[in-house]
Amino acid sequence: MSEPAGKTSSSRFVWGGLSILTLIVVFVGLWEGYKFVWTALEWTEPVDPSDRVLPHTWDIVGALFQPAQRNGPILLFVEVKAAIFTLREALVGFLIGGSIGFWLGVFFVRSRTAERAFMPYVVASQTVPILAIAPMVVVWGGKLDIPQWLTVSIIAAYLTFFPVVINTMRGLRSPQPTTVELMRSYASSPRETLWKLQVPAAMPYIFTALKVSAAASVIGAIVGELPAGFRGGLGRDLLQFSQQFTAAPEKLFASVIIAGLAGMVFVGAVTLVEHRLVAATRRQST
Amino acid sequence: MTMVVDARGVGKVFGSGVDAVQALADIDLVMETGDFVSLIGPSGCGKSTLLRLVADLLEPTSGELLVNAKTPSQARLDRDYGMVFQSATLLDWRTVRKNVELPLEIMDFAAEERSRRAEEMLDLVQLDSFADHYPWQLSGGMQQRVAIARALAFQPSLLLMDEPFGALDEMTRELMQQEVLRLWGETGISVVFVTHSIPEAVFLSRRVLVMTPRPGRISSEIAIDLPPERDLSTRESPRYFELITEVREALRRGES
Repeated sequence: MSEPAGKTSSSRFVWGGLSILTLIVVFVGLWEGYKFVWTALEWTEPVDPSDRVLPHTWDIVGALFQPAQRNGPILLFVEVKAAIFTLREALVGFLIGGSIGFWLGVFFVRSRTAERAFMPYVVASQTVPILAIAPMVVVWGGKLDIPQWLTVSIIAAYLTFFPVVINTMRGLRSPQPTTVELMRSYASSPRETLWKLQVPAAMPYIFTALKVSAAASVIGAIVGELPAGFRGGLGRDLLQFSQQFTAAPEKLFASVIIAGLAGMVFVGAVTLVEHRLVAATRRQST
Repeated sequence: MTMVVDARGVGKVFGSGVDAVQALADIDLVMETGDFVSLIGPSGCGKSTLLRLVADLLEPTSGELLVNAKTPSQARLDRDYGMVFQSATLLDWRTVRKNVELPLEIMDFAAEERSRRAEEMLDLVQLDSFADHYPWQLSGGMQQRVAIARALAFQPSLLLMDEPFGALDEMTRELMQQEVLRLWGETGISVVFVTHSIPEAVFLSRRVLVMTPRPGRISSEIAIDLPPERDLSTRESPRYFELITEVREALRRGES
Protein backbone atom coordinates (compact mmCIF):
# COMPACT_ATOMS: atom_id res chain seq x y z
CA MET A 1 0.00 0.00 0.00
CA SER A 2 2.75 2.46 0.95
CA GLU A 3 6.13 2.52 -0.75
CA PRO A 4 9.29 2.04 1.29
CA ALA A 5 9.88 5.47 2.72
CA GLY A 6 13.70 5.47 2.62
CA LYS A 7 13.92 4.75 -1.06
CA THR A 8 11.34 7.32 -2.10
CA SER A 9 12.78 10.12 0.01
CA SER A 10 16.36 9.58 -1.18
CA SER A 11 15.38 9.30 -4.84
CA ARG A 12 13.16 12.34 -4.41
CA PHE A 13 16.18 14.16 -3.00
CA VAL A 14 18.32 13.24 -6.01
CA TRP A 15 15.58 14.23 -8.44
CA GLY A 16 15.03 17.50 -6.59
CA GLY A 17 18.75 18.29 -6.80
CA LEU A 18 18.90 17.40 -10.49
CA SER A 19 15.89 19.50 -11.39
CA ILE A 20 17.25 22.52 -9.52
CA LEU A 21 20.61 22.10 -11.27
CA THR A 22 18.90 21.81 -14.65
CA LEU A 23 16.90 24.93 -13.95
CA ILE A 24 20.03 26.90 -13.05
CA VAL A 25 21.82 25.70 -16.21
CA VAL A 26 18.82 26.62 -18.38
CA PHE A 27 18.51 30.03 -16.73
CA VAL A 28 22.21 30.85 -17.09
CA GLY A 29 22.05 29.63 -20.71
CA LEU A 30 19.12 31.93 -21.52
CA TRP A 31 20.70 34.90 -19.78
CA GLU A 32 24.07 34.50 -21.47
CA GLY A 33 22.47 33.52 -24.78
CA TYR A 34 20.39 36.69 -24.72
CA LYS A 35 23.48 38.78 -24.02
CA PHE A 36 25.45 37.08 -26.81
CA VAL A 37 22.78 37.27 -29.53
CA TRP A 38 21.59 40.79 -28.69
CA THR A 39 25.22 42.08 -28.56
CA ALA A 40 26.09 40.40 -31.86
CA LEU A 41 23.00 41.87 -33.59
CA GLU A 42 23.37 45.21 -31.79
CA TRP A 43 19.82 45.05 -30.45
CA THR A 44 19.00 47.06 -27.31
CA GLU A 45 15.31 46.22 -26.93
CA PRO A 46 13.69 45.21 -24.62
CA VAL A 47 16.78 45.18 -22.40
CA ASP A 48 20.21 46.54 -23.24
CA PRO A 49 22.56 43.53 -23.15
CA SER A 50 25.58 45.59 -22.07
CA ASP A 51 27.48 44.61 -18.92
CA ARG A 52 26.26 47.79 -17.19
CA VAL A 53 22.64 46.69 -17.37
CA LEU A 54 22.83 42.93 -17.66
CA PRO A 55 26.10 41.78 -16.12
CA HIS A 56 27.51 38.33 -16.89
CA THR A 57 26.23 35.59 -14.60
CA TRP A 58 29.80 34.79 -13.54
CA ASP A 59 30.35 38.45 -12.65
CA ILE A 60 27.26 38.36 -10.46
CA VAL A 61 28.45 35.23 -8.69
CA GLY A 62 31.96 36.72 -8.62
CA ALA A 63 30.65 39.86 -6.92
CA LEU A 64 29.55 37.68 -4.00
CA PHE A 65 33.17 36.75 -3.38
CA GLN A 66 34.62 40.25 -3.57
CA PRO A 67 34.77 42.64 -0.62
CA ALA A 68 31.62 44.73 -0.39
CA GLN A 69 33.65 47.68 0.82
CA ARG A 70 37.37 48.33 0.68
CA ASN A 71 39.20 46.06 3.15
CA GLY A 72 35.81 44.67 4.31
CA PRO A 73 34.49 41.11 4.30
CA ILE A 74 33.25 39.59 1.03
CA LEU A 75 29.76 40.51 -0.18
CA LEU A 76 28.43 36.96 0.31
CA PHE A 77 29.32 37.11 3.99
CA VAL A 78 27.79 40.57 4.43
CA GLU A 79 24.60 39.63 2.65
CA VAL A 80 24.12 36.27 4.36
CA LYS A 81 24.50 38.07 7.67
CA ALA A 82 21.98 40.68 6.51
CA ALA A 83 19.65 37.90 5.34
CA ILE A 84 19.79 36.20 8.74
CA PHE A 85 19.04 39.54 10.39
CA THR A 86 16.07 40.13 8.09
CA LEU A 87 14.87 36.54 8.44
CA ARG A 88 14.76 36.96 12.18
CA GLU A 89 12.51 40.01 11.84
CA ALA A 90 10.44 38.14 9.27
CA LEU A 91 10.10 35.12 11.57
CA VAL A 92 8.83 37.23 14.47
CA GLY A 93 6.43 39.01 12.10
CA PHE A 94 5.34 35.65 10.69
CA LEU A 95 4.61 34.32 14.17
CA ILE A 96 2.69 37.45 15.19
CA GLY A 97 0.77 37.62 11.90
CA GLY A 98 0.16 33.87 11.81
CA SER A 99 -1.28 33.84 15.34
CA ILE A 100 -3.44 36.89 14.74
CA GLY A 101 -4.61 35.40 11.44
CA PHE A 102 -5.47 32.05 13.03
CA TRP A 103 -7.42 33.54 15.93
CA LEU A 104 -9.25 35.99 13.69
CA GLY A 105 -10.22 33.04 11.51
CA VAL A 106 -11.51 31.13 14.55
CA PHE A 107 -13.39 34.20 15.75
CA PHE A 108 -15.02 34.82 12.38
CA VAL A 109 -16.06 31.20 11.95
CA ARG A 110 -17.51 31.20 15.46
CA SER A 111 -19.46 34.42 14.95
CA ARG A 112 -21.14 35.30 11.68
CA THR A 113 -21.88 38.75 13.11
CA ALA A 114 -18.21 39.39 13.77
CA GLU A 115 -17.37 38.16 10.29
CA ARG A 116 -19.86 40.51 8.69
CA ALA A 117 -18.76 43.42 10.86
CA PHE A 118 -14.99 43.10 10.57
CA MET A 119 -14.21 41.11 7.44
CA PRO A 120 -14.53 44.15 5.14
CA TYR A 121 -11.84 45.95 7.15
CA VAL A 122 -9.58 42.93 7.03
CA VAL A 123 -9.93 42.91 3.25
CA ALA A 124 -9.51 46.69 3.05
CA SER A 125 -6.32 46.47 5.08
CA GLN A 126 -4.75 44.46 2.29
CA THR A 127 -5.57 46.92 -0.46
CA VAL A 128 -3.58 49.68 1.25
CA PRO A 129 -0.03 49.43 -0.13
CA ILE A 130 2.52 48.28 2.40
CA LEU A 131 4.78 51.14 1.24
CA ALA A 132 2.23 53.60 2.64
CA ILE A 133 1.76 51.75 5.90
CA ALA A 134 5.43 51.08 6.66
CA PRO A 135 6.55 54.69 7.40
CA MET A 136 3.55 55.22 9.70
CA VAL A 137 4.31 52.10 11.69
CA VAL A 138 7.96 53.14 11.96
CA VAL A 139 7.03 56.59 13.25
CA TRP A 140 4.44 55.24 15.71
CA GLY A 141 6.84 52.54 16.84
CA GLY A 142 9.48 55.18 17.50
CA LYS A 143 7.06 57.28 19.55
CA LEU A 144 6.05 54.23 21.61
CA ASP A 145 9.69 53.22 22.20
CA ILE A 146 9.23 49.89 20.49
CA PRO A 147 12.57 48.45 19.37
CA GLN A 148 13.16 49.15 15.72
CA TRP A 149 13.42 45.48 14.71
CA LEU A 150 10.02 44.88 16.25
CA THR A 151 8.38 47.63 14.20
CA VAL A 152 9.82 45.89 11.15
CA SER A 153 8.30 42.62 12.40
CA ILE A 154 4.94 44.33 12.80
CA ILE A 155 5.09 45.44 9.18
CA ALA A 156 5.96 41.87 8.21
CA ALA A 157 3.01 40.66 10.32
CA TYR A 158 0.73 43.01 8.40
CA LEU A 159 1.53 41.15 5.18
CA THR A 160 1.32 37.78 6.89
CA PHE A 161 -2.00 37.58 8.65
CA PHE A 162 -4.42 37.93 5.74
CA PRO A 163 -3.87 34.65 3.89
CA VAL A 164 -3.96 32.88 7.25
CA VAL A 165 -7.36 34.40 8.14
CA ILE A 166 -8.89 33.38 4.83
CA ASN A 167 -7.51 29.85 4.78
CA THR A 168 -8.15 29.21 8.46
CA MET A 169 -11.80 30.08 7.88
CA ARG A 170 -12.01 27.79 4.86
CA GLY A 171 -10.27 25.02 6.73
CA LEU A 172 -12.42 25.27 9.85
CA ARG A 173 -15.50 25.03 7.63
CA SER A 174 -14.14 22.12 5.61
CA PRO A 175 -15.37 19.11 7.67
CA GLN A 176 -18.28 17.24 6.08
CA PRO A 177 -21.73 17.98 7.56
CA THR A 178 -22.00 14.38 8.80
CA THR A 179 -18.74 14.74 10.73
CA VAL A 180 -20.14 17.86 12.37
CA GLU A 181 -23.31 15.87 13.19
CA LEU A 182 -21.13 13.13 14.64
CA MET A 183 -19.52 15.62 17.05
CA ARG A 184 -22.96 16.93 17.93
CA SER A 185 -24.16 13.41 18.65
CA TYR A 186 -21.35 13.16 21.25
CA ALA A 187 -22.65 16.40 22.81
CA SER A 188 -19.19 17.81 22.14
CA SER A 189 -18.54 21.34 23.38
CA PRO A 190 -17.71 23.98 20.74
CA ARG A 191 -14.17 24.10 22.12
CA GLU A 192 -13.72 20.36 21.77
CA THR A 193 -15.16 20.38 18.27
CA LEU A 194 -12.73 23.16 17.39
CA TRP A 195 -9.61 21.36 18.62
CA LYS A 196 -10.50 17.79 17.80
CA LEU A 197 -12.23 18.27 14.46
CA GLN A 198 -12.01 21.73 12.91
CA VAL A 199 -8.40 22.66 13.58
CA PRO A 200 -6.94 19.30 12.49
CA ALA A 201 -9.14 19.43 9.39
CA ALA A 202 -7.92 22.96 8.71
CA MET A 203 -4.22 22.12 8.94
CA PRO A 204 -3.61 21.57 5.20
CA TYR A 205 -5.40 24.86 4.47
CA ILE A 206 -3.50 26.73 7.17
CA PHE A 207 -0.16 25.43 5.95
CA THR A 208 -0.92 26.55 2.41
CA ALA A 209 -1.46 30.03 3.82
CA LEU A 210 1.64 29.82 6.00
CA LYS A 211 3.79 29.13 2.95
CA VAL A 212 2.42 32.21 1.19
CA SER A 213 2.84 34.15 4.42
CA ALA A 214 6.42 33.01 4.95
CA ALA A 215 7.43 34.50 1.60
CA ALA A 216 5.34 37.63 2.25
CA SER A 217 6.89 38.12 5.67
CA VAL A 218 10.37 38.34 4.11
CA ILE A 219 9.10 40.99 1.67
CA GLY A 220 7.41 42.78 4.57
CA ALA A 221 10.61 42.78 6.61
CA ILE A 222 12.67 44.09 3.67
CA VAL A 223 10.15 46.83 2.94
CA GLY A 224 9.85 47.59 6.65
CA GLU A 225 13.58 48.23 6.88
CA LEU A 226 13.49 50.83 4.12
CA PRO A 227 11.70 53.95 5.50
CA ALA A 228 13.94 54.35 8.52
CA GLY A 229 17.05 53.21 6.68
CA PHE A 230 17.31 50.53 9.33
CA ARG A 231 20.82 49.03 9.22
CA GLY A 232 21.86 45.42 9.33
CA GLY A 233 19.19 43.84 7.12
CA LEU A 234 18.73 43.19 3.43
CA GLY A 235 16.47 46.20 2.89
CA ARG A 236 19.09 48.90 3.24
CA ASP A 237 21.64 46.97 1.18
CA LEU A 238 19.15 46.45 -1.64
CA LEU A 239 18.32 50.15 -1.57
CA GLN A 240 21.99 51.13 -1.54
CA PHE A 241 22.93 48.76 -4.37
CA SER A 242 20.02 49.92 -6.48
CA GLN A 243 21.33 53.46 -6.13
CA GLN A 244 24.75 52.21 -7.23
CA PHE A 245 23.23 50.20 -10.06
CA THR A 246 24.85 52.09 -12.95
CA ALA A 247 28.28 51.76 -11.39
CA ALA A 248 28.08 48.17 -10.17
CA PRO A 249 24.90 46.35 -11.28
CA GLU A 250 26.22 42.91 -10.33
CA LYS A 251 26.06 43.79 -6.63
CA LEU A 252 22.31 44.39 -6.80
CA PHE A 253 21.72 41.18 -8.73
CA ALA A 254 23.88 39.30 -6.24
CA SER A 255 21.96 40.56 -3.23
CA VAL A 256 18.64 39.90 -4.98
CA ILE A 257 19.75 36.27 -5.29
CA ILE A 258 20.50 36.18 -1.56
CA ALA A 259 17.13 37.75 -0.73
CA GLY A 260 15.41 35.20 -2.93
CA LEU A 261 17.29 32.36 -1.26
CA ALA A 262 16.31 33.72 2.15
CA GLY A 263 12.63 33.51 1.19
CA MET A 264 13.12 30.01 -0.17
CA VAL A 265 14.79 28.87 3.04
CA PHE A 266 11.88 30.17 5.09
CA VAL A 267 9.20 28.63 2.86
CA GLY A 268 11.24 25.41 2.81
CA ALA A 269 11.31 25.34 6.60
CA VAL A 270 7.53 25.76 6.76
CA THR A 271 7.10 22.97 4.20
CA LEU A 272 9.30 20.72 6.31
CA VAL A 273 7.16 21.34 9.39
CA GLU A 274 4.07 20.67 7.29
CA HIS A 275 5.43 17.31 6.18
CA ARG A 276 6.15 16.31 9.74
CA LEU A 277 2.78 17.44 11.09
CA VAL A 278 0.30 16.93 8.30
CA ALA A 279 1.32 15.13 5.15
CA ALA A 280 2.70 11.99 6.80
CA THR A 281 -0.66 10.87 8.14
CA ARG A 282 -2.86 12.01 5.30
CA ARG A 283 -1.68 10.34 2.15
CA GLN A 284 -4.80 9.26 0.34
CA SER A 285 -4.87 5.68 -0.80
CA THR A 286 -4.12 5.35 -4.48
CA MET B 1 -40.31 -1.27 30.84
CA THR B 2 -39.19 2.12 29.56
CA MET B 3 -39.34 2.66 25.86
CA VAL B 4 -36.09 3.42 24.05
CA VAL B 5 -37.99 5.42 21.48
CA ASP B 6 -41.50 6.68 22.00
CA ALA B 7 -42.86 8.88 19.21
CA ARG B 8 -46.47 10.00 19.08
CA GLY B 9 -47.85 12.02 16.21
CA VAL B 10 -44.40 13.38 15.35
CA GLY B 11 -44.14 15.70 12.34
CA LYS B 12 -41.40 17.73 10.78
CA VAL B 13 -41.78 20.75 8.50
CA PHE B 14 -38.75 22.29 6.83
CA GLY B 15 -38.91 26.00 6.05
CA SER B 16 -41.95 28.16 6.50
CA GLY B 17 -44.71 29.94 4.58
CA VAL B 18 -45.03 29.01 0.91
CA ASP B 19 -41.64 27.25 0.94
CA ALA B 20 -42.65 24.95 3.77
CA VAL B 21 -42.11 21.27 3.06
CA GLN B 22 -43.80 18.65 5.18
CA ALA B 23 -41.08 16.01 5.56
CA LEU B 24 -42.76 13.84 8.17
CA ALA B 25 -46.34 13.55 9.41
CA ASP B 26 -48.09 11.55 12.15
CA ILE B 27 -45.18 9.30 13.03
CA ASP B 28 -45.98 6.81 15.77
CA LEU B 29 -43.05 4.66 16.74
CA VAL B 30 -42.65 2.74 19.96
CA MET B 31 -39.50 0.73 20.54
CA GLU B 32 -38.73 -1.51 23.49
CA THR B 33 -35.23 -2.02 24.82
CA GLY B 34 -33.35 -4.53 22.70
CA ASP B 35 -35.57 -4.08 19.65
CA PHE B 36 -34.17 -3.94 16.14
CA VAL B 37 -36.26 -1.75 13.85
CA SER B 38 -35.55 -0.92 10.22
CA LEU B 39 -36.98 2.09 8.44
CA ILE B 40 -37.30 1.45 4.74
CA GLY B 41 -38.66 3.55 1.93
CA PRO B 42 -37.76 5.37 -1.27
CA SER B 43 -35.39 8.34 -1.25
CA GLY B 44 -37.05 11.42 0.17
CA CYS B 45 -39.51 9.52 2.36
CA GLY B 46 -38.04 11.11 5.48
CA LYS B 47 -36.46 8.02 7.00
CA SER B 48 -33.14 9.80 7.61
CA THR B 49 -35.04 12.80 8.93
CA LEU B 50 -36.83 10.58 11.44
CA LEU B 51 -33.49 9.15 12.56
CA ARG B 52 -32.13 12.69 12.98
CA LEU B 53 -35.13 13.66 15.12
CA VAL B 54 -34.38 10.75 17.45
CA ALA B 55 -30.72 11.85 17.50
CA ASP B 56 -31.67 15.47 18.25
CA LEU B 57 -29.79 16.58 15.15
CA LEU B 58 -33.16 18.04 14.06
CA GLU B 59 -36.15 19.11 16.10
CA PRO B 60 -39.71 17.91 15.45
CA THR B 61 -42.23 20.62 14.63
CA SER B 62 -45.16 18.69 16.07
CA GLY B 63 -45.98 15.70 18.22
CA GLU B 64 -44.18 14.19 21.15
CA LEU B 65 -40.87 12.35 21.00
CA LEU B 66 -39.10 10.69 23.91
CA VAL B 67 -35.81 8.81 23.89
CA ASN B 68 -35.21 6.68 26.99
CA ALA B 69 -38.17 8.57 28.53
CA LYS B 70 -36.29 11.86 28.09
CA THR B 71 -36.37 14.63 25.54
CA PRO B 72 -34.10 13.79 22.59
CA SER B 73 -31.88 16.70 23.56
CA GLN B 74 -31.43 15.36 27.09
CA ALA B 75 -30.77 11.89 25.69
CA ARG B 76 -28.07 13.35 23.44
CA LEU B 77 -26.49 15.22 26.33
CA ASP B 78 -26.57 11.99 28.35
CA ARG B 79 -24.85 10.22 25.42
CA ASP B 80 -27.64 7.66 25.21
CA TYR B 81 -27.09 6.79 21.57
CA GLY B 82 -24.30 6.08 19.11
CA MET B 83 -24.59 7.00 15.47
CA VAL B 84 -23.26 5.42 12.27
CA PHE B 85 -23.57 7.24 8.95
CA GLN B 86 -23.44 6.06 5.36
CA SER B 87 -19.89 7.34 5.05
CA ALA B 88 -17.63 6.13 7.82
CA THR B 89 -16.79 9.75 8.79
CA LEU B 90 -13.49 8.69 10.32
CA LEU B 91 -11.01 11.46 11.03
CA ASP B 92 -8.21 10.73 8.59
CA TRP B 93 -5.46 12.22 10.77
CA ARG B 94 -6.22 9.76 13.55
CA THR B 95 -5.28 6.10 13.64
CA VAL B 96 -8.05 3.51 13.89
CA ARG B 97 -7.45 3.27 17.64
CA LYS B 98 -7.55 7.06 18.06
CA ASN B 99 -10.74 7.25 16.03
CA VAL B 100 -12.44 4.78 18.35
CA GLU B 101 -11.15 6.80 21.30
CA LEU B 102 -12.55 10.09 19.94
CA PRO B 103 -15.94 9.96 21.71
CA LEU B 104 -14.23 8.72 24.88
CA GLU B 105 -11.89 11.74 24.81
CA ILE B 106 -14.82 14.08 24.41
CA MET B 107 -16.65 12.34 27.24
CA ASP B 108 -13.61 12.71 29.52
CA PHE B 109 -12.79 9.06 30.02
CA ALA B 110 -9.41 8.45 31.68
CA ALA B 111 -6.57 7.50 29.34
CA GLU B 112 -6.28 3.85 30.47
CA GLU B 113 -10.02 3.37 30.27
CA ARG B 114 -9.97 4.82 26.76
CA SER B 115 -7.32 2.46 25.49
CA ARG B 116 -8.89 -0.49 27.27
CA ARG B 117 -12.24 0.16 25.64
CA ALA B 118 -10.70 0.86 22.24
CA GLU B 119 -8.92 -2.52 22.42
CA GLU B 120 -12.14 -4.21 23.46
CA MET B 121 -14.19 -2.58 20.68
CA LEU B 122 -11.62 -3.29 17.99
CA ASP B 123 -11.58 -6.87 19.22
CA LEU B 124 -15.35 -6.94 18.92
CA VAL B 125 -15.30 -5.81 15.28
CA GLN B 126 -12.22 -7.99 14.62
CA LEU B 127 -9.92 -5.16 13.66
CA ASP B 128 -7.49 -5.40 16.58
CA SER B 129 -4.56 -5.95 14.22
CA PHE B 130 -5.35 -2.71 12.40
CA ALA B 131 -5.40 -0.46 15.48
CA ASP B 132 -2.42 1.61 14.34
CA HIS B 133 -3.43 1.94 10.71
CA TYR B 134 -4.85 5.13 9.28
CA PRO B 135 -8.40 5.08 7.83
CA TRP B 136 -7.18 5.49 4.24
CA GLN B 137 -5.28 2.23 4.58
CA LEU B 138 -8.52 0.29 5.18
CA SER B 139 -11.21 -0.96 2.82
CA GLY B 140 -14.68 0.58 2.90
CA GLY B 141 -16.09 -2.30 4.92
CA MET B 142 -13.29 -2.11 7.45
CA GLN B 143 -13.78 1.65 7.78
CA GLN B 144 -17.45 1.11 8.51
CA ARG B 145 -16.56 -1.50 11.15
CA VAL B 146 -14.34 1.12 12.82
CA ALA B 147 -17.29 3.54 12.74
CA ILE B 148 -19.44 0.91 14.47
CA ALA B 149 -16.72 0.24 17.06
CA ARG B 150 -16.55 4.00 17.67
CA ALA B 151 -20.33 4.23 18.11
CA LEU B 152 -20.33 1.38 20.63
CA ALA B 153 -17.23 2.48 22.56
CA PHE B 154 -19.14 4.52 25.13
CA GLN B 155 -21.78 1.80 25.57
CA PRO B 156 -24.88 3.69 24.49
CA SER B 157 -28.23 1.96 24.91
CA LEU B 158 -29.32 2.86 21.39
CA LEU B 159 -27.56 2.56 18.04
CA LEU B 160 -28.77 4.73 15.16
CA MET B 161 -27.59 3.62 11.72
CA ASP B 162 -28.21 5.73 8.63
CA GLU B 163 -27.76 3.54 5.55
CA PRO B 164 -24.46 2.35 6.98
CA PHE B 165 -23.76 -0.18 4.23
CA GLY B 166 -25.17 1.77 1.29
CA ALA B 167 -21.74 2.35 -0.19
CA LEU B 168 -20.47 -1.22 0.16
CA ASP B 169 -20.47 -4.03 -2.38
CA GLU B 170 -22.98 -6.86 -1.96
CA MET B 171 -20.56 -9.41 -0.49
CA THR B 172 -19.11 -7.03 2.06
CA ARG B 173 -22.61 -5.90 2.83
CA GLU B 174 -23.80 -9.38 3.75
CA LEU B 175 -20.74 -9.90 5.96
CA MET B 176 -21.41 -6.59 7.69
CA GLN B 177 -25.05 -7.49 8.26
CA GLN B 178 -23.97 -10.72 9.94
CA GLU B 179 -21.53 -8.67 12.00
CA VAL B 180 -24.22 -6.22 13.12
CA LEU B 181 -26.49 -9.06 14.16
CA ARG B 182 -23.67 -10.62 16.16
CA LEU B 183 -22.93 -7.27 17.90
CA TRP B 184 -26.62 -6.77 18.56
CA GLY B 185 -26.82 -10.22 20.15
CA GLU B 186 -23.68 -9.69 22.23
CA THR B 187 -24.48 -6.20 23.52
CA GLY B 188 -28.26 -6.23 23.84
CA ILE B 189 -28.34 -2.75 22.33
CA SER B 190 -31.45 -1.35 20.60
CA VAL B 191 -31.01 -0.48 16.94
CA VAL B 192 -32.80 1.83 14.52
CA PHE B 193 -31.56 0.99 11.06
CA VAL B 194 -32.30 3.13 8.00
CA THR B 195 -31.92 1.39 4.66
CA HIS B 196 -33.39 1.16 1.21
CA SER B 197 -32.45 -2.44 0.72
CA ILE B 198 -35.40 -4.79 1.28
CA PRO B 199 -33.34 -7.96 1.91
CA GLU B 200 -31.15 -6.05 4.35
CA ALA B 201 -34.12 -4.79 6.34
CA VAL B 202 -35.70 -8.26 6.46
CA PHE B 203 -32.51 -10.10 7.36
CA LEU B 204 -31.58 -7.75 10.22
CA SER B 205 -34.77 -6.62 11.85
CA ARG B 206 -37.40 -7.76 14.25
CA ARG B 207 -39.71 -5.18 12.74
CA VAL B 208 -39.64 -3.38 9.39
CA LEU B 209 -41.42 -0.04 9.14
CA VAL B 210 -42.31 0.85 5.58
CA MET B 211 -42.38 4.57 4.86
CA THR B 212 -44.01 6.53 2.05
CA PRO B 213 -43.02 9.99 0.82
CA ARG B 214 -44.71 13.41 0.59
CA PRO B 215 -45.22 13.69 3.46
CA GLY B 216 -43.19 10.92 5.07
CA ARG B 217 -45.43 8.50 6.94
CA ILE B 218 -45.14 5.01 8.29
CA SER B 219 -47.57 3.19 6.01
CA SER B 220 -47.17 -0.32 7.35
CA GLU B 221 -45.32 -2.37 9.89
CA ILE B 222 -44.14 -5.88 9.15
CA ALA B 223 -43.08 -8.17 11.98
CA ILE B 224 -40.13 -10.33 10.96
CA ASP B 225 -40.80 -13.74 12.47
CA LEU B 226 -37.57 -15.36 11.30
CA PRO B 227 -35.68 -17.33 13.97
CA PRO B 228 -33.46 -15.13 16.17
CA GLU B 229 -30.30 -16.94 15.07
CA ARG B 230 -29.86 -15.79 11.50
CA ASP B 231 -27.20 -16.90 9.05
CA LEU B 232 -26.75 -17.96 5.45
CA SER B 233 -29.50 -20.57 5.74
CA THR B 234 -31.89 -17.82 6.79
CA ARG B 235 -31.22 -16.08 3.52
CA GLU B 236 -32.20 -19.24 1.68
CA SER B 237 -35.32 -20.03 3.70
CA PRO B 238 -38.78 -19.71 2.07
CA ARG B 239 -40.04 -17.53 4.91
CA TYR B 240 -37.26 -15.01 4.20
CA PHE B 241 -38.43 -14.69 0.60
CA GLU B 242 -42.07 -14.41 1.66
CA LEU B 243 -41.18 -11.54 3.99
CA ILE B 244 -39.16 -9.82 1.27
CA THR B 245 -42.19 -10.06 -1.00
CA GLU B 246 -44.40 -8.72 1.74
CA VAL B 247 -42.15 -5.68 2.29
CA ARG B 248 -41.90 -5.12 -1.44
CA GLU B 249 -45.66 -5.16 -1.83
CA ALA B 250 -46.03 -2.79 1.08
CA LEU B 251 -43.60 -0.40 -0.62
CA ARG B 252 -45.55 -0.68 -3.92
CA ARG B 253 -48.82 0.06 -2.16
CA GLY B 254 -47.22 3.13 -0.66
CA GLU B 255 -46.13 4.41 -4.05
CA SER B 256 -49.49 4.20 -5.76
